[in-house]
Amino acid sequence: MTAPSPPPVPSRGGRARGLARRLADLGMAWVLAGLCVLFSLLTFAEQQPDGAAAGAALAADVLAACPAGARVLVAVRDRPEEGALAETLVERLRGGGAEVVAVVTGEPRDARAALERLAALAPPGLDAVAGSAASTGWGVFADLAADFPALGDPVVLRPRAYRWPNFLKPENLLNIANQIAVIAILAVGMTVVIVTGGIDLSVGSLIALASVVTALVVRDVFGGVAAGTGGMVAAGIAGVAVGALAGAVSGGVIVAFGIPPFIATLAMMLVAGGAASMLARGESVYQLPDSFVWLGRGADLGIPNAVALTLLLYALAHFAMTRMTFGRHVLAVGGNREAARLSGVPVAATTLAAYVLSGALAALGGVVMASQLKSGSPNFGQMYELYVIAAVVVGGTSLSGGEGSMLGTLVGALVIAVIQNGMNLLGIESYTQRVVLGAVILGAVLLDRLRRR
Amino acid sequence: MTAPLLSMEGISKAYPGVQALSGVELALARGEVLALLGENGAGKSTLMKILGGAVRPDAGTIRVDGVARAIRSPQEALRLGIAVIHQEFNLVPALGAAENVFLGQEIARGLPGLGVVDRRAQRARAGAVLARLGADFDPDTECRRLSVAGQQLVEIAKALVSGARILVMDEPSAALSAPEVAALHGVIRELKRDGTGIVYVSHRLDEIAAVCDRVAVLRDGRNAGGAAVAAVGRGDLIRMMVGRELTEEFPRRTTAPGEARLVVEGLSRGTAVRGVSFEARRGEVLAITGLVGAGRTELLRLLFGADRPDSGTIRLDGREIRPRSPRQAIAAGIGLLPEDRKLQGLVLDLSLRENFALPNLARLSRAGVVQGALERRECGGFVERLRIRTPRQEALVRGLSGGNQQKVVLAKWLARDCEVLLFDEPTRGVDVGAKVEIYRLINDLAAAGKVVVMVSSDLPEVLGMADRIVVMRGGRVTGRIDDMARATQESVMEAAVS
Ligand SMILES: Nc1ncnc2c1ncn2[C@@H]1O[C@H](COP(=O)(O)OP(=O)(O)OP(=O)(O)O)[C@@H](O)[C@H]1O
Ligand SMILES: [Mg+2]
Repeated sequence: MTAPSPPPVPSRGGRARGLARRLADLGMAWVLAGLCVLFSLLTFAEQQPDGAAAGAALAADVLAACPAGARVLVAVRDRPEEGALAETLVERLRGGGAEVVAVVTGEPRDARAALERLAALAPPGLDAVAGSAASTGWGVFADLAADFPALGDPVVLRPRAYRWPNFLKPENLLNIANQIAVIAILAVGMTVVIVTGGIDLSVGSLIALASVVTALVVRDVFGGVAAGTGGMVAAGIAGVAVGALAGAVSGGVIVAFGIPPFIATLAMMLVAGGAASMLARGESVYQLPDSFVWLGRGADLGIPNAVALTLLLYALAHFAMTRMTFGRHVLAVGGNREAARLSGVPVAATTLAAYVLSGALAALGGVVMASQLKSGSPNFGQMYELYVIAAVVVGGTSLSGGEGSMLGTLVGALVIAVIQNGMNLLGIESYTQRVVLGAVILGAVLLDRLRRR
Repeated sequence: MTAPLLSMEGISKAYPGVQALSGVELALARGEVLALLGENGAGKSTLMKILGGAVRPDAGTIRVDGVARAIRSPQEALRLGIAVIHQEFNLVPALGAAENVFLGQEIARGLPGLGVVDRRAQRARAGAVLARLGADFDPDTECRRLSVAGQQLVEIAKALVSGARILVMDEPSAALSAPEVAALHGVIRELKRDGTGIVYVSHRLDEIAAVCDRVAVLRDGRNAGGAAVAAVGRGDLIRMMVGRELTEEFPRRTTAPGEARLVVEGLSRGTAVRGVSFEARRGEVLAITGLVGAGRTELLRLLFGADRPDSGTIRLDGREIRPRSPRQAIAAGIGLLPEDRKLQGLVLDLSLRENFALPNLARLSRAGVVQGALERRECGGFVERLRIRTPRQEALVRGLSGGNQQKVVLAKWLARDCEVLLFDEPTRGVDVGAKVEIYRLINDLAAAGKVVVMVSSDLPEVLGMADRIVVMRGGRVTGRIDDMARATQESVMEAAVS
């Protein structure tokens, strides 16, 4: 007798492994990894450390190189990160028994004055000069023995340089995350829409509209630069609500009259873009309080708030698409509308919800952008619909609907951001960048198709 | 001795997670009709796809007239004189029947190479072939407007006009009613006389004796014997197919029908359904039968809210219901297993489990979150009970064999606790062993007091399962049989063609 194979029940503990496998299944995750390696190799460069940690390390070097009670001149430029270096350096040198005879914060001229003053002292003498990579390179320190014979022959010490890719510097990685936040937020809604078998071309214009609405509400309702937190939150909610409403109109037209999503959202793109310009009278709105940048530039949890928001949205969206009935409905509607209808799936409501979600998230992206740039403008978000669609498709979601994943979209958005960032680091001109970006998007999708065969 | 018309040797094919075929042999002589049998998922369609150039084997040789041939594409197969009627249709929905029949083998007119299609000649020839098969529709009808049976006839006609010497028919009769099947058998006998070799895949036992010379059986992707049809009986065939005895093909029901629950009066829509009235009682199986195009499917769609009736009433337990959408019908306790599993029953690129869960999500979820463990457990129960052959529940439905896909559609509705279940050809393409299990599940439903309405063209099934029979023709009820003791295939057919 031929027994049907019993259903292998995946273990509960398999969920984390499932996540890793899902990522590995995405060919694009490998492309992303490859791009990161490539840009890391191409941007390998000498790194000059600064800040407090460099100061501590340098102090240890100085103490090791000089006899006890050594006389040290500390010189740095007038920059916050070099100030931090100097502060720690001086503190550690004093703690280590050295004598800091002068601290110069400024330019070579100031250093020369300090050296002349030291040379005039009785008894003169200097064992070491320590400072940042920039300041110790000043010409005034180049030949101390010849220029200031009275001081003896002091050593010049700087923080030890190391080699590390510019691409992988923490600031740069955060930079990528910040740049991609808006596109990534929009891509969540776009993924849902595309999985239902639709498309939303209005998202770029909704960025502009939401940014303008939010800024105008802050300016005209809550008193502009004097607005309080509550007012700004209310303004942000108003912006998002406008986006949701626009999505409801697009979705409603699509569901009720069977108008192709491409056309319905194209119309909405024009309407929303025009409305943004009308409301703002074609200008930027920037009468906003300083604290308005909290969402876009603040970092309360150790990572930028916009990035935290993006990650939260992806976690929620991934859960909704994989574990909730909503996700099942979306997949079924996009995969086979008729079968979904005959299975009792609320096809119209699901489709409508997808566009409302996309509109609201596009508007949220607009609010984030307004906060990042501390203004609202009808020029925000131009061409964003194309980058967002590219991110979704690069992430492996099929434009014909019925399949797609949030993880893939996140990877897709990162691929695009990494390419742009890498080219910036390599100093590639912006026109060339577009050509390369277009070619890489095509190549990435092609690679994915070939791999899936 | 001359070489056989066709021989396939050592054919193997693996899909991810399944060894579909391992070292299969098959031989076919001129003028022979070979029945290829086996359970759902045994590998019959895969073997035939390999023969037709639609799928490449991992290993093995195919000889035509004793010459080894590599068949790399359907075009190459056609050039060798091999035509395959695949189990799953490959029609262009927006093209007419005639255009589909000649798709890829158009009749040209005017300058050669210019590619001007001679539509009149195509229509005439396609019309003739379709008429021979008993089709009653115009050869210009767009394929999307054809019923499943109509589409099947177009597929058969497509293979017939190619003039192949080796003809494969993968479950051609599953969607047809008796007269079309009889016409098809007539055509097969003619082809046989002309020396055409035919491989015939079917789960319907009665037609094997009627039209085939020899049987070959596949089990788990391997050869599992064969015999001359004349030398074996029905019981032997069943044993060969499912590898065990079946004590009863139609398990008996012990419960007696109760009061009328579903009462339909004067239901009409256009010319498809005209003034249909019937009632279905608690705990009974009501069969609706008739010929292709009798309006049976359309009737079920009206009951399910998939289409709106022009007039008429539907009452369930005395309360009138007017389902304006399938969703409302489902809320009222009605379920429909649709006739076309691929277009209406399944989302092919979702997994088995996700398809199973689709109408049951409300029950399988809490606060909108699907309860994974519960879902897996329930799905696993049906996979086992219906003997669905799949590597795992997460496998995409697209990769399942036809009969196993049908079982998934069944499972998703059996799992939903409906008061009224409308089945449109529920066992189409299902092997005899699994059929019995499905009949048991239907009996359980009836025993639980549900209403079961079953549309079927399979007369033995109708006679074996129904408590009462309603016969339709041209959208009207033309016969009712309340006393099953007096029902015969002949009496049912008489009402269907009268
Ligand atoms: N494209 C595919 N991808 C993955 N698995 C496949 C694919 N096609 C067939 N299979 C598997 O190969 C096995 C044989 O399938 P096949 O369609 O040949 O069965 P069959 O004998 O025709 O069954 P049925 O009677 O149900 O039509 C099945 O287990 C099926 O799941
Ligand atoms: Mg098959």
